[in-house]
Amino acid sequence: MTDLIDILFTVGLWSSVLRIATPLIFGTLGALLCERAGVLNLGIEGIMTFGAMAGWLAVFMGADLWTGMLVAAGTGAAFGLVHAALTVTLGLSQHVTGLGITLLASSLSYYIFRLAVEVQGTPPTVEPFAPLVIPGLSGLPLIGPALFSQTAPTYLAIALAGVLAYVLFRTPLGLAVRMTGENPHAAEAQGLNPIRIRYGAVIVGSALMAMGGAFLTLAAFNSFFPTMVQGRGWVCIALVVFSTWRPGRALFGALLFAMFDAYQLRLQTVFGSAVPYQLFLMMPYILSIVALVVMSRRARVPQALMKPYRRGER
Amino acid sequence: MRFERRARTSPLLGLAAPLVAVAVALTIAGGLIALSGAPVLEAYARIAAGAFGSRLAITETLTRATPLILTGLAAAVAFRAQVWNIGAEGQLYAGALAVAALGAANPLGLPPAALIAALMLSGALAGMMLLVIPVVLRLRFGVDEVVTTLLGNFIVLLFVSLAVEGFLKDPLAFGWPQSVPVVEEAALPRIVERSRLHLGLAIACALAGLVFLIGRHTVFGMQSRAAGLNPAAARFAGVPIPGTLIRVACLSGGLAGLAGAVEVLGVKGYVTTDLSPGFGYSGIVVAMLAGLNPLGVVLAAVFVAAMFVGADGMSRTLDVPSFIADVTVALSLLTMLVALFFTAYRVRR
Repeated sequence: MTDLIDILFTVGLWSSVLRIATPLIFGTLGALLCERAGVLNLGIEGIMTFGAMAGWLAVFMGADLWTGMLVAAGTGAAFGLVHAALTVTLGLSQHVTGLGITLLASSLSYYIFRLAVEVQGTPPTVEPFAPLVIPGLSGLPLIGPALFSQTAPTYLAIALAGVLAYVLFRTPLGLAVRMTGENPHAAEAQGLNPIRIRYGAVIVGSALMAMGGAFLTLAAFNSFFPTMVQGRGWVCIALVVFSTWRPGRALFGALLFAMFDAYQLRLQTVFGSAVPYQLFLMMPYILSIVALVVMSRRARVPQALMKPYRRGER
Repeated sequence: MRFERRARTSPLLGLAAPLVAVAVALTIAGGLIALSGAPVLEAYARIAAGAFGSRLAITETLTRATPLILTGLAAAVAFRAQVWNIGAEGQLYAGALAVAALGAANPLGLPPAALIAALMLSGALAGMMLLVIPVVLRLRFGVDEVVTTLLGNFIVLLFVSLAVEGFLKDPLAFGWPQSVPVVEEAALPRIVERSRLHLGLAIACALAGLVFLIGRHTVFGMQSRAAGLNPAAARFAGVPIPGTLIRVACLSGGLAGLAGAVEVLGVKGYVTTDLSPGFGYSGIVVAMLAGLNPLGVVLAAVFVAAMFVGADGMSRTLDVPSFIADVTVALSLLTMLVALFFTAYRVRR
């Protein structure tokens, strides 16, 4: 029993929390932005996979790490554009279109990866982001390594949560986005263009998702392999509900989730073979479902979520 | 430019939609094949030959199509009622696992026909239970079943991994994580000699017909369609929405569970974590390509199976990654969605 509590005081646990949380923060913020404008983007799982592949491939071909992140964001934006064209302009089912995007983006990333890279034995690697140690602060016990010696994209992800919260709730642009997600007809009556706003939100949101994927191959690991996203995209969709569509709470939810995940990984080593490791691996997914059940009642869903907007049609 | 709803959709347009969608998807995929440096037309010729070129190729394609018909039907009946069952993959594994667990011995000494029927029923029940949970969560707590069924897939697959490495592990499999094989008399009979094609195909086709008749000629079929088209109006008309959706979940989950049962009893004989190369997800594509029509599901499943079987052979000879099949199938889902849109709307300037 003391073992289980001891884990909570190990440096390894806390420094891995932010690392595990980073892709989830990117993905959750991206999905949140799309949904605030009224578009569910189930392309997330595939977009993250494609971002992971594209970012890694760019760096493998000789680009520097930030260019890799940008390339990933660009591919995410491209898939976002496709999703927007199908769900906003044509008003197709957001569920099925999103799944189609996921199937397409993930299979396409495997295909391109196989074409570009000869894989024999161990997959090729790149030099990933090094931890950015903040002088002074990183020397603090426990919280130093946990908070102040992460890689640069992790700090970026945390900052983005603040930026998104500010934009959504403190700027006219954010008001326009939220209005489009609540009532696009009212937005149109105010002289806004709901179509354009939805396009923008889906494209930017998808770019964020892809950056979350790229974090996996450029910071958390250093190589790409199929199925590496492992349902993180779906977890992000659940986290958006958990966050009640608020960026600050999304950050909190991702960190909470990552804490459980990090703890679960260490429990595996404590229990060894006494408990099948699969039970621990299941926990994050079960936890997401539990979070959904607990929060769904309380959540105030954007009213026009999943409702296509057609001018002059009710 | 704007879109205007067609007053009526001509049946010809409905038939043309999947053909146009597949043609466009194949054209885009052709560009990707060209990217690999392989001759595009030859690649397609080889895919066609690999899928239909010989007796063996045809039976392999139909063997592959069998679980796809069942997962395609699972998606079609659910989507028709706007129950977004994306968990067919998990339900398939649940069905397979139930069969493997119960079929490892025949303590009651059942005759083969009864044993097979009992095992298939247990597989269907396992899939059923797995889908009823998310649908109840939706009805009771308003939780979107898309996310819960998707997350459920990962949980089930981990449970399968746990089972085949643990309590169901075959001690004679040289350490490979696979389940104890089902007893020999439970194997589905072959319907073509010297091939892997088994009775499951006939069962799947019969079920497609049955699902078609249920949708067309029963009160339940009418209620599930009404619940999908307009839940509010359906409620006013006296359709019991919760009961209908749970019945839909039973039918859909049962079909997906049956896909796993049939795959174990007909092809593999045991369960591994790679039993299904995404049959559950491909089933969604099959259902959409069929325009959610149960009879169309059979044809769409053969197309998707042919892509996978054909691309396997083609990738070996032309060095094009076999993922091209997954890409083409995903593309055809998106192009089909667009094609379906244009059967309902026309462009006006």
